[in-house]
Amino acid sequence: MAETDISDIQHLALDGWHRARGARMVPFAGYNMPVQYEGVIAEHLWTRTQAGLFDVSHMGQLTFHGTNVDVALETLLPGDLQLLKDGRLRYSMLLDENGGIVDDLMATRRGDHFYVVVNGATKVGDIAEFERRLPKGIILDHWKEQALLALQGPRAAEVLKTLAPGVEDLSFMQGGMFDVAGAPAWISRSGYTGEDGFEISVAATTAATVADALTAHQAVRPIGLGARDSLRLEAGLPLYGHDLDRQTTPVMADLNFAIGKRRRAEGGFPGAARIVGEIDQGPIQRRVGMLVEGRQPVREGALILDAEGNEIGRITSGTFSPSLQRPIAMGYVATAFAALGTALKLEQRGKIFDGVTTAMPFVPHQYHRKPAGA
Amino acid sequence: MSLYFTGEHEWIKVEGDTATIGISDHAQHALGDIVFAEVPEQGRALNKGDEAAVVESVKAASDVYAPVAGEVIEGNPALADDPALINRDPEGAGWFFKMTLADASELDGLMDEAAYREWVKTL
Repeated sequence: MAETDISDIQHLALDGWHRARGARMVPFAGYNMPVQYEGVIAEHLWTRTQAGLFDVSHMGQLTFHGTNVDVALETLLPGDLQLLKDGRLRYSMLLDENGGIVDDLMATRRGDHFYVVVNGATKVGDIAEFERRLPKGIILDHWKEQALLALQGPRAAEVLKTLAPGVEDLSFMQGGMFDVAGAPAWISRSGYTGEDGFEISVAATTAATVADALTAHQAVRPIGLGARDSLRLEAGLPLYGHDLDRQTTPVMADLNFAIGKRRRAEGGFPGAARIVGEIDQGPIQRRVGMLVEGRQPVREGALILDAEGNEIGRITSGTFSPSLQRPIAMGYVATAFAALGTALKLEQRGKIFDGVTTAMPFVPHQYHRKPAGA
Repeated sequence: MSLYFTGEHEWIKVEGDTATIGISDHAQHALGDIVFAEVPEQGRALNKGDEAAVVESVKAASDVYAPVAGEVIEGNPALADDPALINRDPEGAGWFFKMTLADASELDGLMDEAAYREWVKTL
């Protein structure tokens, strides 16, 4: 990082809190972020078995107000937002005019408005794009003074309900207003690890109080961005800027679930003709999961080759899976090679690895879903 | 026996005309959890500065360079199944490889242990 950039680096409200707990801080998305505390593998496994506390306050927390705000947002996002009930979340994507992904996001209907959480590295561009392209009369607010914490893992509900009674009644992709350790909080049952868990939006001024109250429980440890990345990769969740970009459509990214049935029939979102065509006829390439033979991780940028050595795709994320104790990766391949169980070669720094396409998630999701009708 | 360190955080333990190479405690700490290590084959000739070994953490891959010229005597066979040995005992059982020392004068530019420990405090 150039010296002139240092003054531009922003500090999280919990910067000192993280450092006091031994965090190694690294610049990411314009912020000094905690990348690890005791170690990525220990933190990863703690989150899979106990509860991990993540500070993701670098992410952009936006609200959209205005008449028919759901209809307005549907001009830029392919999700069925009109169908979304109050207090419910939907995973969606901001699309460019060609149907390429500008960012992926979570949209929540919250009474008369929508609450949208976008990626930290892309939030400034997203806001400009929303303001330029949304119909007049829609008011966008960026809640810069809100912190965002995530409590993730099989013991998350047990811990959080002691501080915010009632959160245990939320189901996956549902949120509501609660008090946590005396602080008003918007809490949703959602996350980026594949585990059951919650995302907690609080005023930055109360973030340390909330983080202290959560970590006072022996089941909770602070977890860095390093484990956040390996957890989301095991969960098969794409990371914007790596697994998703403007050259990628939702269909190429295997995110068809995020395109509402009504939206497919009616269109009316950016790139609709192309995207509906890709749903019907198949995209030219598709995101797949891969298991890699041996122990060495194959990472972003590695080439994917067919049996004859022709380049048919690229790895976009790869790591050593702490849960599975083997290298895993995701990437894009020409659709003819995307069928599960296809044996492929991977090339990294002149070395050839064997891989096989596999279903994602690599580690099963543990989301708290309620039975239909419940 | 003499112990030397490089600016790339490798250590070189010299006994007679044999050198044992590994990475320092500072290096293993900076890398974090090590999940893979690849050591050079016996008999491979190395020039000073050649990429001799690979070490990978969950986050990133790094090369280990030959700090001196010589021929590989053996790679540490324990690292293939237990790369975390490098985290647990970086300057002992987590050694990477042993090599012959072709030119002892190549050691002259390296740091001794006291100088290295002082230097890493400044990083």
